[in-house]
Amino acid sequence: MGATRPYNGCMDEIRNPRLPERDRPWMMRTYAGHSTAKASNELYRRNLQKGQTGLSVAFDLPTQTGYDPDDELARGEVGKVGVPVSHRGDMAALMDGIPLGEMNTSMTINATAAWLLALYIVAAEEQGVSQESLQGTTQNDIVKEFLARGTYAFGPAPSLRLIADMIAYTVEHVPKWNPINICSYHLQEAGATPVQEIAYAMSNAIAVLDAVRERVPAERMGQVFGRISFFVNAGVRFVEEHAKLRAMGILWEELGRERYGVSDPKHLRFRYGVQVNSLGLTEAQPENNVQRIVLEALAVTLGRDARARAMQLPAWNEALGLPRPWDQQWSLRIQQVLAYETDILEYPDIFEGSHVMEALVTELLEGARAEMAVVAEHGGAVEAVPYMKGALVDAHRERIQRIESGEQTVVGQNRFTETEDSPLTADGDGGILVVDPAVEAEQIDAVRRWRSERDQAAVDTALGELARVATLASASGEAAADAENLMIPTIAAARAGATTGEWARTLREVFGSYRAPTGVGEAAPASADAELGELRDRVAALGEQLGRRPKILVGKPGLDGHSNGAEQIAVRARDAGMDVVYEGIRLTPAQIAASARQEGVHVIGLSILSGSHRELIPAVIDALRDAGVSAPVIVGGIIPDQDVAPLKEAGVAAVYTPKDFDITEIVSDIVELIAAEAERSRSGAPATVA
Amino acid sequence: MSGAPRPTQPSGLDAHAIGAAIGSRLRARDLSAAPDALNLLESTTLEDREQGAALLAAVSPAALGSEASGHIVGVTGPPGAGKSTLLSALLHAWRDDGRTVAMLAVDPSSRRSGGSLLGDRARIDFDPSDAGVFIRSTSAGEQLGGLASATRAAAQALAAAFDVVVIETVGVGQAETDVADVADTVVVVVQPGSGDVLQFLKSGIMEIPDVLVVTKADLGQVAVRTRRDLSAALRSLGSRATRVIAVSSLSPPQGVQELVAALEAHRVELDLPERRLHARRASALADYAREHGERGLSALGGRRAAQATLAKQDPGADVPSLVSALERRAGG
Repeated sequence: MGATRPYNGCMDEIRNPRLPERDRPWMMRTYAGHSTAKASNELYRRNLQKGQTGLSVAFDLPTQTGYDPDDELARGEVGKVGVPVSHRGDMAALMDGIPLGEMNTSMTINATAAWLLALYIVAAEEQGVSQESLQGTTQNDIVKEFLARGTYAFGPAPSLRLIADMIAYTVEHVPKWNPINICSYHLQEAGATPVQEIAYAMSNAIAVLDAVRERVPAERMGQVFGRISFFVNAGVRFVEEHAKLRAMGILWEELGRERYGVSDPKHLRFRYGVQVNSLGLTEAQPENNVQRIVLEALAVTLGRDARARAMQLPAWNEALGLPRPWDQQWSLRIQQVLAYETDILEYPDIFEGSHVMEALVTELLEGARAEMAVVAEHGGAVEAVPYMKGALVDAHRERIQRIESGEQTVVGQNRFTETEDSPLTADGDGGILVVDPAVEAEQIDAVRRWRSERDQAAVDTALGELARVATLASASGEAAADAENLMIPTIAAARAGATTGEWARTLREVFGSYRAPTGVGEAAPASADAELGELRDRVAALGEQLGRRPKILVGKPGLDGHSNGAEQIAVRARDAGMDVVYEGIRLTPAQIAASARQEGVHVIGLSILSGSHRELIPAVIDALRDAGVSAPVIVGGIIPDQDVAPLKEAGVAAVYTPKDFDITEIVSDIVELIAAEAERSRSGAPATVA
Repeated sequence: MSGAPRPTQPSGLDAHAIGAAIGSRLRARDLSAAPDALNLLESTTLEDREQGAALLAAVSPAALGSEASGHIVGVTGPPGAGKSTLLSALLHAWRDDGRTVAMLAVDPSSRRSGGSLLGDRARIDFDPSDAGVFIRSTSAGEQLGGLASATRAAAQALAAAFDVVVIETVGVGQAETDVADVADTVVVVVQPGSGDVLQFLKSGIMEIPDVLVVTKADLGQVAVRTRRDLSAALRSLGSRATRVIAVSSLSPPQGVQELVAALEAHRVELDLPERRLHARRASALADYAREHGERGLSALGGRRAAQATLAKQDPGADVPSLVSALERRAGG
């Protein structure tokens, strides 16, 4: 691609540098879904009327992790970050009136991807559309869930087995489907450098392709390779980001030719969709995010040789809470202005022949190849998850330290912070979408009604068959080519009316439960800096006074898997000399309370980014007090302003949001809080919290 | 209390009342006293140490009339050997038998960074509402080698209340020696193909454990071979007592019941009072040496003389009393 292909133009083309015909725009989508299937369906139809050309379905966390709305772990999460889809009835309602034979649907679904694709196939069947004609993408990239996003359900081996089965099935029966999107997107969100992003995504693709190679005949490998697409990120350093995409194209082609013997140029093409960077979007002066999003969109559209196939843009207010339809419309309009008003689609690749671009690409390629070799030495992407996770935690910490020190400028956050009041956030709703809390109760009723009205015997039979095939797979080893394909009983269970929770539970029982490494244990100790040194002294002094090291529990209640913030607090607290209990994601209030009590911690830090804080934080505090724990509780995450007061009333001592970017300062606050609490308990004064 | 940094002293009670009260709760097998006991025993303030001594006195053999009945099991092995998975399986097996379990997970990383990240409990799969399980992560403490004094004291105290007390440490070589100073039964966990463990055993770097576990038995031949090699090495070293057990926690699990039985069998064969007495004396000497250093040991006339002094003390005495005896001896 681009940088390696010799210049193939001629003098005529240079005199007339335009394409003979303007390129067709990329596929335009909006990542959307909330509350219920019906409400989301209305939103999709409106978005399509506004000129959106494909669908991008956001599922809620219970659906993503394989729980029904009435599961204990689903509490507070139903309909929050996406739409709940529990059975074929929900999928039919979600796609009602949308012709599935013509639509191109992207589903951000991973651990339960096989199940949601099955529901989609059944919904199409009900519309009279055959699976052969379905077009779209299931994200289905489990390694990055272990690394960054956290919505895994099963361990690495059975997860890869499910993915391989899906690919083998779709290549045969749903040939226009992209069964997997290898995601570098979430790696950047977790702090990856461009080199790490390229290297880990490619290593991940190798792990998947190696697993599929065992499941399909050799002559199909070209087709399989051609169906693998990527889901990438683009940050605001958009020149380097563009170079990154060109580098990925070169590596991908190389990989196809050399490792998998693919020769058809069509199969070797690097195809990717994109959602641009959310990590760099700020809560402070949120209107600045619009410029950032526009520039990031340029990274993936400017050069024709590495242009996105599909794009979805975040909304300006994502660091504040869930975007409203109007916020998302603004982002769609950015895409439309780029595609229809500017001239970027009129030229061949504008970077061809650029020495600067070529050198940048070469630099990234060298770095990525070296890092891929390290991953390979660890035994490949699956075995290297703890290594990669640790490296990401380290990279993210370095990024935060650059922002804290002012070495990296973030306009409106650590520089140029003087501001007028923003009229955008002046409305009563604070400029975000708030999901009606009644939705959860409605969905619980609805799924129970569904279960009581279906043919239970048919469901039992279908789930029994699913368990049988899964057990065979599990016993015969992950890569047995002759094992039955799990997609077959999965589709049968979808047709019979089984629920998301039932499908996942059946497989959990066979495959066992799994917890991913947290990465914090692998993170290197911080280099000494003066501010941290002072803090260390204070922690040591407090330890003397308390009789043991100050001890903090960092917990992530609910299903939200975005653990970057929690990990950074955990690592910095350790570097400051504290004892840190960190158990990773997806904890119930009861688990957090038991840990806090048994570990004898002095303070509890909770992190939630999914918007479920209003339900979950009070539940955790109740559980803590029931367990007899009186330690103060602090909360961090995407917490809208209007929710801060109710949380404090519920007993929260302090709330931190993305605008509190200085982690050392947060840890310093925590130390003060412990000291004040110790003082209070010594003097016998009544508790200030609870 | 747990949340409050330390127990506050109700007025009108003498300085040992809180520790003694926690001790008598443990003696009455009140498992909810475990967090409070740990908070106290980990504390280094003068007042808490006196309270801690009172706690230990309340659960000493002298106070109980016999050795504490809980089985103290030390589990150690190199990182990645599968200890956490094994402990989850053991925990379930013990709970299914109705036995209560306390686990002390010792994190070695704290020596490096000052602070510590304690994540081990996350890897143990248990029901948080089960009052019969107590898990506490502890940092290894500043001194190199040896378990933190608090961990030894806690194991001895919790054995009065729980049926099983597990001390989990990481490492091979020094680790099982340290844990042998406090555990009734020492288990070393290795994964298939661990040639280094074999070398350690043969060269005497590693002491012979009571039970050797080879994990990941599902790996087949390599696991079988490892088990065979270890058994052969143990025989050549003249040890016939050590059981070698292969376990797999993948479904269908295998070997866990056999391991439970082996631990129980070792416990039955063991001269418990002798082993516990040895443990208390070793703890006392370690605590004394840590507090008073080489100079303190010289004042006693060296390690051997110190051991002789300890041997003259009441066999039912708790560790703080033994340390006091040494201090009196050094002072006089």
